[in-house]
Amino acid sequence: MIQTVLYDGSFPGFFAAVFEIYEYKIVEPDIQTEGSANISLFSTPHISIPDKAKALRVMKALQDKITVAAFGNFYRAYLSELPGIENVLFRYIKYVISSKDSVEKNFANPDVLMIQQTAHKTDREKHRMKAFIRFQKTKDELYYAIVQPDFNVLPLISSHFEKRYADQRWLIYDTRRKYGLYYDLKNVEEVNIAFNDQLQSPCALSTIYDEKEDIYQSLWRAYFDSVNIKARKNTKLHIQHMPKRYWRYLVEKQPG
Amino acid sequence: MSDRIREKLEILADAAKYDVSCASSGSNRKNDNKGLGNTGNGICHAYTEDGRCVSLLKILLTNFCIYDCAYCVSRKSNDIQRAAFTVQEVVDLTINFYRRNYIEGLFLSSGIFKNPDYTMERLVLVAKKLRTEHKFNGYIHLKTIPGASDELMHEAALYADRLSVNVEMPTKESLQLLAPDKNREAMIKPMRFIDKAIIQNREEKKIFKKTPLYAPAGQSTQMVIGATPETDFQVLYLSHFFYKKFHLRRVYYSGYVPISNDNRLPAIGTPVPMIRENRLYQADWLMRFYHFKVDEIVDAANPLLDTEVDPKLSWALRNMHLFPVDINRADYMLIMRVPGIGLRSAQKICEARKFTRLNIEHLKKIGISLNKAKHFIQSENSCKDLQPEKIKQLILQEGRSKYKANFSTQLSVF
Ligand code: SF4
Repeated sequence: MIQTVLYDGSFPGFFAAVFEIYEYKIVEPDIQTEGSANISLFSTPHISIPDKAKALRVMKALQDKITVAAFGNFYRAYLSELPGIENVLFRYIKYVISSKDSVEKNFANPDVLMIQQTAHKTDREKHRMKAFIRFQKTKDELYYAIVQPDFNVLPLISSHFEKRYADQRWLIYDTRRKYGLYYDLKNVEEVNIAFNDQLQSPCALSTIYDEKEDIYQSLWRAYFDSVNIKARKNTKLHIQHMPKRYWRYLVEKQPG
Repeated sequence: MSDRIREKLEILADAAKYDVSCASSGSNRKNDNKGLGNTGNGICHAYTEDGRCVSLLKILLTNFCIYDCAYCVSRKSNDIQRAAFTVQEVVDLTINFYRRNYIEGLFLSSGIFKNPDYTMERLVLVAKKLRTEHKFNGYIHLKTIPGASDELMHEAALYADRLSVNVEMPTKESLQLLAPDKNREAMIKPMRFIDKAIIQNREEKKIFKKTPLYAPAGQSTQMVIGATPETDFQVLYLSHFFYKKFHLRRVYYSGYVPISNDNRLPAIGTPVPMIRENRLYQADWLMRFYHFKVDEIVDAANPLLDTEVDPKLSWALRNMHLFPVDINRADYMLIMRVPGIGLRSAQKICEARKFTRLNIEHLKKIGISLNKAKHFIQSENSCKDLQPEKIKQLILQEGRSKYKANFSTQLSVF
């Protein structure tokens, strides 16, 4: 019978849950995060406790059997937060650990393929964030950006922005997951800020902008319009590369 | 003040946009001075409404020009608004756009004012200021001016990631006809000079780690396509020559956008040859990544690329004796030549078949384009003795919508 296993949603929490599935010999687990809706009415869920030692043991067992690249894919698939992805990850662990030889490249296995493909999707979102994040400069020289990525990709872009903008303070805030990354010229930290809704509205923000911010935004828009070659217009391709859901980030897509 | 800058930006970005190169990859300039920026794989930060990647601030320093190249909007005889940035203005725009994550860096080109050296000196000065005064480690691509001195070329390579000279026309004759002030040799000479210097620099770097970076992203060039009567055969052989002889990283093909009533050129209103441009990029891609030799793609007997189907499919149809291949056994080099199978899928197939005998279902999941591939691989239910022409028609029918859509330089090729 299918038994729901609830965990706290964190990466270590997931590994601890896998440990308990083995420990309690749960045959058909359905792993979900606490608070998600799909709990079966007919059985009491098993609530996993995020135990660090247990988590590390499973993680180590997995890491011993696969390459760093494959583990990276595993982590990326987890960050996708796709419904049901935990069950795929769990089956993958089982498959890897029970096989004598390396199976991480057996793309004929549906779970191996699924993880690889999901990781690829997460990576694509990561690249899009690297591309489409637009910073706005405030009066106190903070460059900040508000995002809502499809997947939880902030952990994957942190070092990119840290290396790139080593000499400016910046903040990238994920309003969907309600946390952000803040760089203070030395380190990047995860931050939770009580953003009130007003602060996100453009007119409230205009009072905290650097005086030149508007000028550069409008110069960028002017640039974007000028590089377009009308004789080559191809809207389909334009949208394919820059899907509409990203436009809200983009200075060049806002009316000037 | 900002209005004037805005006006200049509009004029000088507009004039620069016909240069299609926009790559910001191939360099690896690290931010190890706690400065601003780095380079890596190159990011497209936006896409124009015609679907091209915007990665760099691509502008001319000025569109004043003493030359009169017929295919160019900035030519002396053209009655247009002229403008010129100061060195500092370009520096400020670059830094401020970069800090906001709009761009990967700067692509600076220029019309020729006074003389080549005078122009080149200013381009170099922009790059120098960015690197030294602003500790800028983002991407810089400088267009080198044909006829500029070796000393200036050398200095340019010290600050820029990439240098380029556009050959513009695929043959000497066309260049002579359309750009009488220029000559082929003046374009090739700086390419050769930089190529030698790069090779020497890479050698030194093997011995002395501290050897300064020298045009780490190499050189590129561009050819205008469709303004003159050259065949794809002539165009691709020239590309092949540049890749082999001067180790160019990229050759760009720019479908001619009619901009003048000059009777040496296609009239205004003539459509931009976008399909042809697209096919040239695909062919170029086959040479650079799929180990195709240029004479496998075009030759004197087949001097034109097929516009209906991509060059890989076209090659396969001419070489039916190699197919169908057994995907469970064939060599990787042959698998990646199967139409519908890209590099990534070819790798996956070769990995996965070590575990299981692969069937059509596996291939579908791996993501190959079966509508093409099925005619070229062995399977129980494929009919094997179809004629190439028939296969082509079948593929065209099935893929109609797809073939009409993507005419871009940034396409995912197969
Ligand atoms: S030299 Fe360059 S800018 Fe001047 S007309 Fe020729 S192509 Fe145009």
